[in-house]
Amino acid sequence: MLDKNGIAKRIAKEVKDGDYVNLGIGIPTLVANFVREDIEVEFQSENGVLGMGPFPFEGEEDADLINAGKQTITTLPGASFFDSATSFAMIRGKHVDLTILGAMEVSEDGDIANWKIPGKMVKGMGGAMDLVASAENIIVAMMHTNRAGASKLLKKCTLPLTGVGCVKKIVTNLAVIEVTPKGFKLLERAPGVSVAAIKEATEGQLIIEGDIPEMDL
Amino acid sequence: MINKKVANVTEALKGVADSMTFMFGGFGLSGIPENAIAELVKLNIINLTCISNNAGVDDFGLGLLLQQKQIKKMISSYVGENDEFERQMLSGELDVELIPQGTLAERARAAQAGFPAFYTPAGYGTEVAEGKEIREFDGKMYVLEHAFNADFGFIKAWKGDAAGNLIFKGTARNFNPNMCGAAKITVAEVEELVPVGELDPNQIHIPGIFVQRIFKGEHFEKRIEQRTVRQRQ
Repeated sequence: MLDKNGIAKRIAKEVKDGDYVNLGIGIPTLVANFVREDIEVEFQSENGVLGMGPFPFEGEEDADLINAGKQTITTLPGASFFDSATSFAMIRGKHVDLTILGAMEVSEDGDIANWKIPGKMVKGMGGAMDLVASAENIIVAMMHTNRAGASKLLKKCTLPLTGVGCVKKIVTNLAVIEVTPKGFKLLERAPGVSVAAIKEATEGQLIIEGDIPEMDL
Repeated sequence: MINKKVANVTEALKGVADSMTFMFGGFGLSGIPENAIAELVKLNIINLTCISNNAGVDDFGLGLLLQQKQIKKMISSYVGENDEFERQMLSGELDVELIPQGTLAERARAAQAGFPAFYTPAGYGTEVAEGKEIREFDGKMYVLEHAFNADFGFIKAWKGDAAGNLIFKGTARNFNPNMCGAAKITVAEVEELVPVGELDPNQIHIPGIFVQRIFKGEHFEKRIEQRTVRQRQ
């Protein structure tokens, strides 16, 4: 089974040379730490920066330089700043190649829910609805089950949706799963996790074809 | 040169009244019009509709207006980080319209640019699209969203001049340029108000035509919401 860093490490392998990537808050943010150093990737943050760098050294934090998680950041050579409308032109206009975000639920049709639990938690969708409505390549990073132990990979989402039919791939603490027209297709198992355990933790239709390899981390 | 300069925040906010709709630049606490917000707290006008990506934190930014219950309705994309906000929303005291962040930016830009409405794919198939016109273009579904209609827009910029020209800094830019000229009256507060002619016309982000009033903010706290650092090797 993987921890959050393990999930991020596996997702980092999906990032390709020349990709512009938008990382959501939480596990997705960690992906930046594991991207291969021999490829060129630029991270976009929807509050208006392309070419985001690591956190600043202590004493060098700048209130005018944050990411979408409101964390202080730095920029790398070649970075640029822009307004919010331009930022979402990059996103809606499909100029961003890869979107990695967290989720509360994903359905076997590729629907995603991650912004609201009615009557309990209402933080808002932020940029997630714009991202999932347009991105061609969306990877969800999340735990396979919620805190109560219930599956987050469902036949139908129960929470208010963020987007419909948009998720292409899911990387969890247990598995790598592709969303296909026929349902969740199991691609890889996390180290030490059995196919049976993944099946048990997946409520939606799980397609298992042949031998399922263990993730190569 | 048409002079947009006003002496102070009091003069800049002349005409604000109960029940008006305001737009605020800023993302989190970065690039928020701190001086205008402080003045609104002082004026204690109520029943306000506020358009802003976020709602501040409990004791800063728009959180200050929430504390005094000056806000009737909030239009935002993300409102975590604010317990009082969540309390007022869940109890029904505060009317909240949550909209996608790109839609928020574009509704401001549409108002600035004279578009009454536009189609966006964001929110299709979700509760955000409920009751809105849906239209298909090239096999994909889009939602009709309308331009904002606000009385005042409060903007924070880094540098400006008396002509109303503005330059923003870093990610404090965010929604600020999109909201200039999007309300009936745009009020810009700047850290540095420089003599006309000093700003290079090539470098100006927002031309003064979009700004009605400009003043030098007396105090900018520029609070950091999430201080994240790395260790020196």
